[in-house]
Amino acid sequence: MVAMQAVPQAAAPLLAVNGIEVIYNHVILVLKGVSLTVPEGGVVAVLGANGAGKTTTLKAISRLLKAERGEVTKGSVEYRGERIEAASPSDLVRRGLIQVMEGRHCFGHLTIEENLLTGAYTRRDGQGQVAADLDKVYAYFPRLKERRRAQAGYTSGGEQQMCAIGRALMSNPRMILLDEPSMGLAPQLVEEIFEIVHRLNREAGVSFLVAEQNTNMALRYASFGYILENGRIVMDGPADSLRENSDVKEFYLGLGEGGRQSFRDVKHYRRRKRWLA
Amino acid sequence: MPEFLGPFLEVLIGGLLAGILYSLVALGFVLIFKASGVFNFAQGAMVLFAALALVRSIEVLQSWGVNAGLAIVIGFLFSGALMVALAFAVERMVLRPLVNQEGIILFMATIGITFFIDGFGQQIFGSDAYQLDIGIPKESIFLLEGVFEGGILVNELDLWAGATAGLLVLGLALFFQKTRIGRALRAVADDHQAAQSVGIPLNHIWVIVWAVAGIVALVAGTIWGSKLGVQFSIAQIALKALPVLILGGFTSVPGAIIGGLIIGAGEKLAEVYIGLPYFDGGIENWFAYMLALVFLLIRPQGLFGERIIERI
Ligand SMILES: Nc1ncnc2c1ncn2[C@@H]1O[C@H](COP(=O)(O)OP(=O)(O)OP(=O)(O)O)[C@@H](O)[C@H]1O
Ligand SMILES: [Mg+2]
Repeated sequence: MVAMQAVPQAAAPLLAVNGIEVIYNHVILVLKGVSLTVPEGGVVAVLGANGAGKTTTLKAISRLLKAERGEVTKGSVEYRGERIEAASPSDLVRRGLIQVMEGRHCFGHLTIEENLLTGAYTRRDGQGQVAADLDKVYAYFPRLKERRRAQAGYTSGGEQQMCAIGRALMSNPRMILLDEPSMGLAPQLVEEIFEIVHRLNREAGVSFLVAEQNTNMALRYASFGYILENGRIVMDGPADSLRENSDVKEFYLGLGEGGRQSFRDVKHYRRRKRWLA
Repeated sequence: MPEFLGPFLEVLIGGLLAGILYSLVALGFVLIFKASGVFNFAQGAMVLFAALALVRSIEVLQSWGVNAGLAIVIGFLFSGALMVALAFAVERMVLRPLVNQEGIILFMATIGITFFIDGFGQQIFGSDAYQLDIGIPKESIFLLEGVFEGGILVNELDLWAGATAGLLVLGLALFFQKTRIGRALRAVADDHQAAQSVGIPLNHIWVIVWAVAGIVALVAGTIWGSKLGVQFSIAQIALKALPVLILGGFTSVPGAIIGGLIIGAGEKLAEVYIGLPYFDGGIENWFAYMLALVFLLIRPQGLFGERIIERI
C-alpha cells in the first residue's frame, strides 16, 4: 500500500470540490460527500465503475446538473478561489471552465466547422481571434479539417469525440471537464485522443479533470487519480502509485485474481477523515 | 394552349398565394418547436394580437394628426416591439418556471397563453373588425394575356404578399445559416444540453425564437389583415397551420413553406374541381384537415420531418 502522498496543492488549486452531496429529483442521493482538487496545469483522473457517480461529479462542477433535475445539497465547489455553485453553465464557460459531455453530443445537423464555432459562442474577443483559434484546433485535429464540411451526425465516433473536444477548445478554456473520452472507441483512437489531451495540457496549459472507466489509459496520462465507488471517493493518490496498487490492479486494471467484489471488502484501504464527514 | 389550362392556373396561383400565409404561421410554430420543443398553440393568437396592435396603433396615430406614412412606420415599430416584449414575458413568466417539465405541460401553458392574448388583445385593442390599409395596391390584374385568352386573374395584394413572405423566409434562412445566433439556435434545436455545455444560455435563445415567431406573426397578420380586415377570425384561420405542420413535419422550415403551398393550392383546386361540381362547394373548409389526416396515416413524420440521424 502506497502512502498517501501530498495532494498537489502548493498554491490554491484551480478547482476544489469540497464534500459535495448530490441529490436527483429531490430524493435520489447519488454523491455522498465527494472531495477532490485539480491543480493549475494538472491532469487529474476520476475513476470508477458504471454508476459510481463520475458524470454526476463533473456535472455538479459544470452546473449542467440542473438540467437533469439534480442538485448540490451539501459542500462547495471553488474555481480559481471563487464559489461557483450558483453560477450558470454559460457563466462558467466564459470564465474558462467547460465540460465535454459523455457520449460526445455533437450537433448532428451542423457541420463539423459549425460545431466548432458554436464553442466560441460566449467569446467577445472578435472574429479574428476566433478564426485563429479555429486554425489551432485544426492543427491539433487535422482530421477535423478534412471533414469540416461534413454533417457531424454522419462522422465517425472518433471524429465526433475530436469534434466535441475541439468545440470545447474554441471557448478558450483554462480547464476542461472531460467525461469518458474513450467510450466506444478503438484502443488506437483512445491513445490518439489522450495524446492530444497530453499535448493540450503541456502546450496550451489547459488543465483537465477526466472521468474514465478505462483506468489503465487514464492513469498513464493523469498525474493524480481519485477512485469513486457508490458516490464516495474510496482511494486517491498519484497516478503511478495507483497503478502499482494491488487493489487497483485487481478491480480496475483486471490484473489480480478474483474474490473480493469491491473496495468495501478490502480492509486496508484508507479513507481520509473528511470523506467520512 | 389547351383551354382548361388558363382557369386551372388561375386557381392554382390563387391557392399558392393564399398558402403562403399558412406557411408563415406554420413557420412560427416550427421555429418555436425546434428551439424549445414547445408546441406553441398560441401562434394563431399571436397573429391576431400583432395585427390588432398594428391596425389600432395606426388608427390612434392618425387620429392624433400624424400623417399616414409615418403612422404606418411607427405602427410597425410599436407592434414589432410589442411582440418582442411578449417574447420576454413568455420566457420569464412561463418557460423559465416550467423548464424541464413534460412537453404536454408546456403545451397546456401555451393554450393558456392563447386565451390570455386573445382576450387581453381584444380588451385593449377592441374586438371589432378593422380595415387595415398600409398602402398595398389591391387591384385585380391580368397576367399572361398574350398566352391565355383573357389572361390569368390575380390580385396585386396577393403578389405583394408572396414577395414579402418570400423575402422574410430568405432573410430567416440567412439568419439561421450565417449568423452566430442563428447557429446557436440550430445547435439548441439539435441538442439543448450540449448547447448549454458550450455556454449557450437557453433562456436567451427562447426569447429570440419567440421574438422571431412574433415578428413572423406580425407579417402574417399584416397581410391577412390587409386582405380580410383584422378580426377574430384571423386567429381561427391560423389554425390551418396545423394541417400544414402535419404535412410538412414539425421540425422542418422548408416543410412548413412547401406544406403551406400544398394546402393552399390543394384546397382551392379541390373546391373548384371537386367541391363545386359535386358538393355544392364548401369543401375548402375541411379539405385541408382531411388531406393532413390521410397524409398522417401514410407518412407520420411529415413530408420533410427532420431525418433522424442515427449512428453509433
Ligand atoms: N438524471 C438522473 N436522475 C436520477 N438518477 C440519476 C440521474 N443521472 C444519474 N443518476 C444515477 O446516479 C448514479 C451515478 O450516475 P453517473 O452517471 O454519475 O455515473 P457514472 O460514474 O458516470 O457512470 P458511467 O460510467 O456509466 O457513465 C447512477 O446510479 C445513476 O442511476
Ligand atoms: Mg458517466
